[in-house]
Amino acid sequence: MITLSHYLILSAILFCIGLIGVYRRKNLLLLLFSTEILLNAVNIGFAAVSKFYGDLTGQMFAFFIIAIAASEVAVGLGLMIVWYKRRGTLDLDSMQSMHG
Amino acid sequence: MFEAIAFYLFSAITIAMFAITVLSKNALYSMSALAAGMVMISGFFFLLDADFLGVVQIIVYTGAVMALYAFGMMFFDTTRDVKEEIRAPKLVFLLSGLSALLLVIALVAPIVSDHITALYPMTEGVENPQAVGIVLFTKYLVPFEVAAVMLLVAMIAGIVLAGKKMDESLTLKVEEEFQEKGAK
Repeated sequence: MITLSHYLILSAILFCIGLIGVYRRKNLLLLLFSTEILLNAVNIGFAAVSKFYGDLTGQMFAFFIIAIAASEVAVGLGLMIVWYKRRGTLDLDSMQSMHG
Repeated sequence: MFEAIAFYLFSAITIAMFAITVLSKNALYSMSALAAGMVMISGFFFLLDADFLGVVQIIVYTGAVMALYAFGMMFFDTTRDVKEEIRAPKLVFLLSGLSALLLVIALVAPIVSDHITALYPMTEGVENPQAVGIVLFTKYLVPFEVAAVMLLVAMIAGIVLAGKKMDESLTLKVEEEFQEKGAK
């Protein structure tokens, strides 16, 4: 029998994978991918709580998270294209303009 | 029984796919694995009786977001391996461990206290898309409209940011030409 804990643990594992990506990645595009993983992990948690407590609020939050993720991708990709036109690289270290 | 098999299968594939996304050196492999993981996540939503959410996940994430990434990646040089140097691996592991610990505490706390009650209980005898519609257009109408405006703003921002100088080639130019363009 699959309980709420199973889903929450899975959500936590996926969130940790996303966190590892955020810490480890130095490329902006792949950093954005890791952010998507974080958002999806949270969505699973919301849907699971929504089912096991018989409450639709969790699903509503998941919808709004999906909407936010979609707009984040649109703006983020636009900014990255502008940056790539300027510098020719998407490396995070290339953003250190003040060599302190 | 069927639910258990589906759950473990989906979770194994999802974790493997997301691990590839995070650890792969090639951006193209990374994107494909992410798209596969998104499809598998929609399987969880169907398991959780959130049919509408599952369909939205497939349409929006694997349809719109990943297609947007795929088109965006045409601007970048993705065939090359991504060069990344990690300066302080120990710090990264320490930070990851600490965040994982915090996450576990955050997840366990409400389950232990067990004071959660349903704010908007599911309507009896109504399919999931219908119930979602009832709640979305009564209790969450204002956030819904705000989200619509936010998507419009994001669309305009994306067009304005990416649409400038679309006629100039990015890959065939030498870097100095870009510097000249930037200096102007």
